Amino acid sequence: MKAQKQASLSAARAALNRLGDAAEYVIIPALALVASLILFGIFVALFGNNALDLYFYMYQGAFGTWFSWQNTLTRSAPLILTALCTALPAQLGMVIIGGEGALLTGALAATAAALAMPTAPPFVVQITMAVAGIVSGGLWIALAGGLRHYRGVNETISSLLLVYIALAILNQLVEGPMRDPTSLNKPSTREIGAENMIGTIPGTDIHWGFAFGIVAAVLAYVLIYHTVFGFAARVAGGNIRAAKVVGLAVGRLILVTCFLAGGAGGLAGMVEVAAVQGRTNANLAVGYGFTGILVSFLARHNPLAVIPVAILLGGIGASGGLLQRRLGLPDASVFVLQGIIFVTVLMSETLYGRFRLSARKAA
Amino acid sequence: MADATIGLWGVPVAVLGGAVRVSTPFLFVSLGECITERSGRINLGLEGTLVMGAMCAYGTSYLTGSPWLGVLAAGGVGSILGTLHASICGLPRVNDIAVGIALMLFGTGLAFYLGKPLIEPSAPILPSIDFGRWSDVPQVRAVLKINVLFLVGVALAPLLVWALNTTRWGLILRTAGESADAARAMGYSVNAIRLRATMIGGFFSGIGGSFLSLVYPGNWNEGLSSGQGITAVALVIFARWNPMLCFWASLLFGGAAALGPALQSVGISQGYYLFNAAPYMLTLLIMIITCSPKRTLAGAPAELSIIK
Repeated sequence: MKAQKQASLSAARAALNRLGDAAEYVIIPALALVASLILFGIFVALFGNNALDLYFYMYQGAFGTWFSWQNTLTRSAPLILTALCTALPAQLGMVIIGGEGALLTGALAATAAALAMPTAPPFVVQITMAVAGIVSGGLWIALAGGLRHYRGVNETISSLLLVYIALAILNQLVEGPMRDPTSLNKPSTREIGAENMIGTIPGTDIHWGFAFGIVAAVLAYVLIYHTVFGFAARVAGGNIRAAKVVGLAVGRLILVTCFLAGGAGGLAGMVEVAAVQGRTNANLAVGYGFTGILVSFLARHNPLAVIPVAILLGGIGASGGLLQRRLGLPDASVFVLQGIIFVTVLMSETLYGRFRLSARKAA
Repeated sequence: MADATIGLWGVPVAVLGGAVRVSTPFLFVSLGECITERSGRINLGLEGTLVMGAMCAYGTSYLTGSPWLGVLAAGGVGSILGTLHASICGLPRVNDIAVGIALMLFGTGLAFYLGKPLIEPSAPILPSIDFGRWSDVPQVRAVLKINVLFLVGVALAPLLVWALNTTRWGLILRTAGESADAARAMGYSVNAIRLRATMIGGFFSGIGGSFLSLVYPGNWNEGLSSGQGITAVALVIFARWNPMLCFWASLLFGGAAALGPALQSVGISQGYYLFNAAPYMLTLLIMIITCSPKRTLAGAPAELSIIK
């Protein structure tokens, strides 16, 4: 009887602790976010702008109207996908920051695929584009993963170097073999054609890429937390020696995870081509890949948490235009705010466990 | 045309000249990062520091009319960013690689924000010393027009070797890099040592940035540095954490970066963008050749997170 009572009591305490842990993962990043907004307000106020105006226009531009909501969600689509490019390898303890490279190669491959089959029905073209984008982006990041596993090359540096190499290849192809002769000022490839665009979700201006992002994030979540593969990956991420001792094929885990991660990034590139740009040119390199890194860290590399965080940062990006028009802030103000958020969020890492400790004392 | 007089010889000459000209930012950033990494910490944010340094140097030079004040300002802002990196990394459970990525984004964003008004005006740039008066060939003269900052960097490399290997300060720094416990046992604060090392690293990187805006290319725009900072960080690994090797590696990378423009100057514009990416491909290739999954790299500071 007594033992039973004690057992139920300790179970309740454990549940409480778990709840405390979960709350920490929400409260601490939220605090970091608020702190960043305050810091950004001070920064902007230093240049003679009213911080309250800033917050008002940010809200207006991001979530104030149905129009801004649609803009926000449209921008969050590539962010969800590029964030997965960092979040998946993070399960293995790898820091991949080359999502932009996967996006660019994915866009390039998707465009090439569409241009190679001018007479195919749109549905076939779209599927081929997605596969081409996923495979090329996947191989691009798997290269960084493979170099890490087989040659011991640091994946953070190599994946970033691959971004610049991808950009060079893109520029080379767009200026040379793939160039549309009619694109004079801004060298571009030919258009993939209006009938091959993936279109918008009915009743909205949000393109289907957003749905792709949600599906990819959910699949990634299931893969990591509800499959043997994901469990093995997390074991390898926690302790690589233990993983080897229990006989996990670490090399295969790394390659597959990096391929999937890059696939998500490549899909982001395909979406940007097939839903927004309609062609490939240097316009694609606007930094979605880099913002994706921030999204992943802010979501603590949890694929489900990536979705709301990507929407939030998509909103910040969407409000950039309004800040430019109404307050005369440079377009880089979005980057400054993102940088402040990133730094603050990392600083807040040090707070984990402090709340938990006090909760345990109370219990 | 002078091109006709030396013809294709223009390519190696221009590559050599480019090596001297383009290598300076690589040199300063890699020397700075070398100090930081020898103390056992890696600062990936130097890309941001480089861009911030370039912007501050240009702005200061424009406002005060003195490019040397610009160099100093760049070093100052670099030290501030370095201090920021080190103080955040000093907190428990904070990962230095992640902080580096954050500061890379923050530094470039801030530089673009503050640098908006600086894209139009032209600021006074740093003087160069003309070693090539004796020659009639303009290309040769262009090569021998060497900037003072490059000479400072050349002098700095052996100085750092000496400082790291023989001075008390160098010994303490290396102790923190090889074994934090040993440094603690000797009564030194590892965090304080790394703070100083990161600050000095930031100072040098900022100066490397000032070269970009005040010497070559000698203006301020948002495309000024694309990855030179991160290439320089990789270069330190290749150079085995040895300042003298950093110098030679910087020359090599400078030459690689000058390949595209050099070929273009003799009329070969095929593959221009790919040649521009030569330093990145070279970095990757060198890392593939020199790294190994089996052993830690010779000369690597044992406390460095990136090689663990």
